Amino acid sequence: MEVRDLKLDGNAIGGILLELVGTDMTACGSVCAGCGAREEMARLDVYPAAGIVVRCRHCESVMIRIVQGRGRTWLDLSGTASLELG
Amino acid sequence: MVISRGFRGRRRDGPPDRVPPGQYLTDDFPVLSAGPTPHTPVEEWTFSIEGGAEPVSWTWDDFRALPSETFTVDIHCVTRWSKLDTVWEGVSVDTLLDAVEHDAAYAVAFCDGGYTTNLPLEDLTGGKAWVAFGYDGLPLEPEHGGPARLLVPHLYFWKSAKWVRGLGLRDEDEPGFWESNGYHLRGDPWLEQRYWGD
Amino acid sequence: MPSSAVIWLSATVAGIVSETPRVRTLELDVPGWPGHRAGQHLDVRLTAEDGYQAQRSYSIASAPDDGVALTVERLDDGEVSPYLVDEAREGDQVEVRGPIGGYFVWDGEEPDPVLLVAGGSGVVPLMAMARHRARAGSPAPMRLLFSSRTLEDVIYREELDELGSRGDGFEVVHTLTLEQPSGWTGYSRRIDRDLLAEVAWPASESPRVYVCGATRFVDAAADGLLELGYDARWIRTERFGATGS
Repeated sequence: MEVRDLKLDGNAIGGILLELVGTDMTACGSVCAGCGAREEMARLDVYPAAGIVVRCRHCESVMIRIVQGRGRTWLDLSGTASLELG
Repeated sequence: MVISRGFRGRRRDGPPDRVPPGQYLTDDFPVLSAGPTPHTPVEEWTFSIEGGAEPVSWTWDDFRALPSETFTVDIHCVTRWSKLDTVWEGVSVDTLLDAVEHDAAYAVAFCDGGYTTNLPLEDLTGGKAWVAFGYDGLPLEPEHGGPARLLVPHLYFWKSAKWVRGLGLRDEDEPGFWESNGYHLRGDPWLEQRYWGD
Repeated sequence: MPSSAVIWLSATVAGIVSETPRVRTLELDVPGWPGHRAGQHLDVRLTAEDGYQAQRSYSIASAPDDGVALTVERLDDGEVSPYLVDEAREGDQVEVRGPIGGYFVWDGEEPDPVLLVAGGSGVVPLMAMARHRARAGSPAPMRLLFSSRTLEDVIYREELDELGSRGDGFEVVHTLTLEQPSGWTGYSRRIDRDLLAEVAWPASESPRVYVCGATRFVDAAADGLLELGYDARWIRTERFGATGS
């Protein structure tokens, strides 16, 4: 099985983000801190790894990292310059 | 709690002296990846160790000329699958570190694609770690980290960095890609060191 | 968003429909379900007697006014799907969380033509859209391009035939990629640019597009539509990863 078959999109993290943020995030705009590209979160590349890695589909840089365990969630948004909510 | 009658999942239990707490056995070899598969041609591949007295680097041919071994180990992924008796071929990290004069206590493995993971030197030496280029009798496939990956089977498998290109020797423990975002700094599966605070 | 969407609700299997040899629909009774939009999905969580849990996402197959139905394809090495397709019986309970998704949704309020492109089980959220269109009496022309391996694998075949025969602007175009019955006059290959050119609305119609299925299928179909002059902003995609089809 190849990674390009397993790659998902931001729809796949809709549930996690809904639980964390309380609202749908899949339609939210995001800006990549690496290249400035603007996409709805649903259009970002989502890689299932030890945790979840969300990458910009234009420059492939990491925008979001999510680790969940023991009832906690670690959320790294440092690769996301901004999110458009609401 | 809502119990789903008849649900078990695919998990298989195994002998407790081989399967760490909270793990289940698998027969397949799941592919997990933090990003797209890199495809560095071996003609361009190098493995380097920096942070010692002088930087050292091997080309693919240099690397493959080093003494290597075939070995069988169990591997344990933090996502809860374990796979027993996996057969690899690789160069011991001891062999690579022998080429470098250093007094470092820690290392960071760096990889194509930008992934990093940190380890104490103790976990990389004494026959506990390899740079592996073969799996199950064949050259290591790109999806599983080929041409070469770090292999540190006594720790959770996120430490066995795919597409490894070198080690940076450090005086301090420098959290890598996952260790800086929730996963345990060391990751011993027998102590169930999965997350921060474990 | 209703606050009930962020917690797990208890769901009871109220009905079962066998769709194909590997695909089954579960009709769920979910007290407190806040309602959903066509195209959304939910998360299903199963707990074993010893407390072991597994969780997966499934698209909602039912129209917004028709309760909660999930259509699930059994993946051979699946953790959750073999239970839902082979084991679950009426009266069994699971937990669900949702609805989820504000991007891959179609509410039927605009009259723009809609192209749905489905690969195998990717048809599920698109079927919710087709069912919603029929329920709501939406005038938007809607065309489903549906790729399956064999005729036997075509999920919702009879219902799609019926919807397509109403003459109300809904059409289905099938392609069978692995094996075709004798006398088959439809497409018999994987979706490519030429096939899209024959089936898709011309770019001049500014259609809305929803593509769903295995990741490679979705990426190829979306790229093909871009080559036909479609604007990327018209195309909404949902990747299912690696699927059985």
